[in-house]
Amino acid sequence: MEIENTAMAGTLESSDIQIMIGKGTDGIKIQLDSDVKKEFGEQIENVIRQTLLANHIDTANVKAVDKGALDCVIKARTLAVANRALGIADKPSWEVL
Amino acid sequence: MAATEERLRRTMMFVPGNNPAMLKDAGIYGADSIMFDLEDAVSLAEKDAARILVYEALMTQDYGNAELVVRINGLDTKFWENDVIAMVKAGIDVIRLPKTESAAMLQQLEEKIVAAEKQFDIPVGTTHMMAAIESAKGVLNAAEIAAASERMIGIALSAEDYTTDLKTHRYPGGAELEFARNMILNSARAAGVAAFDTVFTNTDDVVGFKQETEHIHQLGFDGKSLVNPRQIPMVNAVYAPTDKEIINAKNVLAAIEDARIKGSGVIAMNGQMVDRPVALRAQRVMKLAKASGLVDEDGVILD
Repeated sequence: MEIENTAMAGTLESSDIQIMIGKGTDGIKIQLDSDVKKEFGEQIENVIRQTLLANHIDTANVKAVDKGALDCVIKARTLAVANRALGIADKPSWEVL
Repeated sequence: MAATEERLRRTMMFVPGNNPAMLKDAGIYGADSIMFDLEDAVSLAEKDAARILVYEALMTQDYGNAELVVRINGLDTKFWENDVIAMVKAGIDVIRLPKTESAAMLQQLEEKIVAAEKQFDIPVGTTHMMAAIESAKGVLNAAEIAAASERMIGIALSAEDYTTDLKTHRYPGGAELEFARNMILNSARAAGVAAFDTVFTNTDDVVGFKQETEHIHQLGFDGKSLVNPRQIPMVNAVYAPTDKEIINAKNVLAAIEDARIKGSGVIAMNGQMVDRPVALRAQRVMKLAKASGLVDEDGVILD
């Protein structure tokens, strides 16, 4: 599934991550900004990617600004932004949680 | 009445549902109950994101032995049904319904909980409920609200909306809340569920907070809703039994045990009869003493 609409979720507060998602052309492309990118960048991108794939999203451009978010927060914000971009925030698919 | 009736519920700490930092730290303060808020602490535009965030936190974070409660959005919103589905799936202990005015509202909530439990193969009856009472109508219906379902674990006074409904506001002495407090407390006790007092929002007024906590402790409330973790040790201090109370409780329990061994039907201590209320109070004192770290597992008083 491809993303058609641009959406955003999360904040720039400590322990959060702000994720923007938009239409992509070639798979899932992630642009990550994080103070701990050197240590955890790969893991953060992996959580975002796996969460999108679990939602059957395989093509999207993602920008993420991490403020030290735990994996569960990264997953939650990715799910929220995906639901918003797909226009299903009011009736999400609970199976993929 | 729910099976968890005897649980200690001195402190119920509010945690805003869309705040990752506070969700992460909520387990470290030793609150008896943690209440994740999807209602007033979350803006309308973030209801969907907060719901998912609390869900993921519940699935991954360790909150120790705390009872986990979520305050869902009111039945007059478009959010509450999704809140129930997500929180039941997450295995929340208790769903707190805001602005409760009748038993029928809890029955409406329960129908949705039953459907969600069936949807996710969770045994029907697992998810408990509690009600926040925030209006004159709710206070007058407190008895039917407290007894609305087998799932009920308690009812809580929410004083900000209530005092507005009464056309007053909160005063330091709390005289405006006396009727509601007594209605809620007696309704809770009659139904065999817990009674929670309202939040005290001025976290800088330590003296006022202590006075209010001592007052609701004297009335018989199980505990208090809290907005700041700094208030937890203050509430626990008010609920902690004295050494004298602990020694007396131990003597009562020893007299009961002594009578059991002797096969004696009547239990006496210092020439006075020990009846059921005395025994129950002694058990509660020992439970509070253990929770307060005043005695060890065997009931020995620690210095």
